Order: sequence, then structure tokens, then C-alpha cells
Amino acid sequence: MSLPDDLKTTPLYALHQELGGKLVPFAGYAMPVNYPMGVLKEHLHTRSQAGLFDVSHMGVVSLIGQGADKALEALVPADICGLAVGRQRYTQFTNARGGMQDDLMVLRLPDRLSLVVNASCKHEDIAHLKGALEPKGIKVVAHPELALLALQGPKAAEAFAPLAPEAARLGFMSGAEIKVMGIACLVTRSGYTGEDGYEIALPAEKAEEVARALLKQPGVAPIGLGARDSLRLEAGLCLYGSDIDQTTSPVEADLVWTIGKRRREEGGFAGDGIILAQLKAGAKRKRVGIKPEGRAPARAHTIIQDGQGRVIGEITSGGFGPSVDGPVAMGYVEAAHAAPGTSVQLIVRDKPMPAKIVALPFFPHRYFK
Amino acid sequence: MTVLRFTNEHEWISFDNGTATVGITDYAAHQLGDIVFIELPEIGKSLAKGGQAAVVESVKAASEVYSPASGTVTAINQAIADQPGQVNESPEGEGWFYKMSLSTPGELSGLMDKDAYEAYLKTLDH
Repeated sequence: MSLPDDLKTTPLYALHQELGGKLVPFAGYAMPVNYPMGVLKEHLHTRSQAGLFDVSHMGVVSLIGQGADKALEALVPADICGLAVGRQRYTQFTNARGGMQDDLMVLRLPDRLSLVVNASCKHEDIAHLKGALEPKGIKVVAHPELALLALQGPKAAEAFAPLAPEAARLGFMSGAEIKVMGIACLVTRSGYTGEDGYEIALPAEKAEEVARALLKQPGVAPIGLGARDSLRLEAGLCLYGSDIDQTTSPVEADLVWTIGKRRREEGGFAGDGIILAQLKAGAKRKRVGIKPEGRAPARAHTIIQDGQGRVIGEITSGGFGPSVDGPVAMGYVEAAHAAPGTSVQLIVRDKPMPAKIVALPFFPHRYFK
Repeated sequence: MTVLRFTNEHEWISFDNGTATVGITDYAAHQLGDIVFIELPEIGKSLAKGGQAAVVESVKAASEVYSPASGTVTAINQAIADQPGQVNESPEGEGWFYKMSLSTPGELSGLMDKDAYEAYLKTLDH
């Protein structure tokens, strides 16, 4: 299969080709879905050692100016004003209907807020931020000049330390501008795999040099987007566009923990009326973990029925979990069927397949403590 | 003498003394990536040429396997149902899917031989 001509490439495109990456179109970019190791082994390698991911397709955005935190709070339900310097938080851009138009990470630096948004939404997100923040005198600066790498896994800290001694002091969900091989980078201790690790924003022209140095560290292998997806699914983390979107609220998506305590009392974000009412009364449906009882994976859009054959929901992400060594899925079900242990059936190839609602994550988080 | 033939959908069928064996090609196994689940037909099931015979799920996606010929399933390879990764290791050997008795052996003449299949593969991919 040849790739469409209008695909964008990341600064690591040549390296992906050299490493034998299978490049596929993803969010407008040619991205490696896997390397010769294959999705299964790449996934297991990340869980046992360390994986290097190119996530340069994602968007890094700076918000600069007095009151950027307060202004951002009008768009997201997280407590941003209460975010200490050097701390990072996960949140979502909500819409007027209580849905989500993207999810994002927010880091407070001494002089600005630094955001990471999804590749497929970044242009809309930047327009959304500009529309809301620029009238308040806040500068919204996109950073297409930056590449973004993720180093994830139990050996990530050990592998990163020789290149970036300062990184060891970062706690989970914190970040700082530090030197990596003498290059000024923005490093956070966070990721999308459920493992310890870092995300490293750095000048595009230095990305290959740093990536090659990381790949030379013991235990580090290049990992594609295929394993990134199975890792985040086992970790119970949402994929925007699949598990959460314009029609799902943070309450339905079981992201209540991301809504700040003060924000629950005060509101003041898009869709607050709907979201706060759901917080009080409960949502009609809820995102849950779903464990098929056999070996067959149930993919996204699989219908979920109760024991009597009545449709109660739909799978939004599903596949095979290499570390779980079996099928795993998540999706939405009516609130009455959302308790862990509830038996449901999944309609796979026109046949009912038994499954159970389970607590997320499927694989325990092993973040740095 | 064994006759080995291939389909456009990347199944192989070998025919010898009245029994045929069916599997997926090395190319198909490589394209699918790590296979994690296989649903085989039941013994005794009657299959039509081009009809769905099995399902293969890789980490990435689900794919169907179509029967290269019409006939009745006489045996299935339980080993690959238990250890789906065997198909990645030996798709055209140990990783066979099922055996069948052919109802219309003449159908095989419409399939590709090894040379034709290899030429066909060259027309795919880059």
C-alpha cells in the first residue's frame, strides 16, 4: 500500500523508515503503526523494559499572559488556577452540550501554561483557544517547531537518566524545562501507557539525535502506534474520537476525578449546567471496562446486550490485551448495568458472546511514586 | 501428486488423494501481524467456494478466511485455535486451518499456481 501524497511527516520520518516501521496514515500524518518487532512484542517490551514513541503529530500549545489559568478554566472543568508551578493535570475541552471536543494535558511552567492536545483536533483546539483567550489578552502560541517523544516503561527512568540527569527529580504528573544531552527540552513525567515514563518536547531538528541516543540505551526499543493503543486500552485510558467525543460528557465517561472540587461548586466552564446536573443526579450511561469471557476480541461498535437480549450499550474500544493475555474492551452501558461483575453479552459476528463489566484498568498502573 | 493452489484473498489449498488442506499464505500472516484468535469451522460443515470458512483476529483487526473450494470440512487444526501464534510461525505448514473433501475438484483449476501467485503479490505493495 502506498501512502497518500498529502500526508505530513514528523521529524523522525527518516528514522522510522530506517528502523523498518510500517507507516500508515494517522490524523493526517505518516506514522509507524509497528516496527519489525510487531505490535504484540512491542507492547510487552514496553511493559517489561522501555519503549520510545514518536508522538510529534500531537500539538504543543503555550498560553502566555496574566490570567491564562482563569481564562482556560472557562473551557475546561479542571482546577487550573490551583495548579502549582511544575505540576501537570489531565482535562477536557467541554462543549455547551456537556460533551467533549478534545482531551488534553495542562502543565504550569513559571511563565506560561503548556498544553498537549490530540493530533486530530489540534487545529480546532488552537482556534477555540484563540477565540476564547486572545480577547482576554492571553497569547496562544502553537509549536509546530517542536517534536514530541514519549519514553515509557519500567526502565524509562534508568534509560533517560544518563541523557537528562535532572529528569529523575520529576514526580508523576509534573514537568519542567530541563536539558537533555545539553538541549533545552520540556519534559513531563507522564504518558499514555499506565507505566512510568516521560514525554519530551524538543526542537524538531534535534529530535532524531535524541531519539537515536535514547534507542542506544539498554532496554529501549522503538514502539509504534499499534502498541500505544493496546497499552492505553489495558490502562483504561480514553482515546479521543473513540471513547470520548462531542456527545459524551466527562461524567458519563467516568472522568469525574478530573473535575476540580472548586469547579464542581462554582461551575464556569462550557456545558457546566449539564455536567454539574449529571454529577448530582448521575448520568444515564457510564463508560466501563468489559472483559469478554472467551478468547475472541470484541472490537469498537460491538453491541452490548443484557441477559435478556435488550441493547444496553456499545463498545468504543476493544481488542487483544497482550499483558492481560486476552481480549479487553471498554464502552458505554446504561447506568443500571455499570456495576463491576454485571454479566452482559456482546454481539460478535451475529452471535452472543458472554462478557463481564469490570473495573478499569485491566493492567495495574505503575506510575512513579 | 500434491496440487498447491492460491486465491486472490491469500488462502492456499493443497490437494492430494481426495483430501484438501487449507490455510493462509505467508504474505497474509505477515500482513495480519500477531494473530491472537482463530475461529475454525465445525467438522462436517459444508463450505461453498468463496464462502466464509474461518475468522482470524490479529492484534490490529479481524479478517475472514474464505474457502478456496467447495466441499465438507473433515478435520480442523485445534493446535492453532489453542496457539494462534503458530500461524505466524508457519502459515503454509504447521499453521494449516482445516481439511476438506472437495465436492467439485475441478474448481481448483481456476486458482493460481505458486508462480502465478508470486507474480500476483508483486502487483500488490509498492
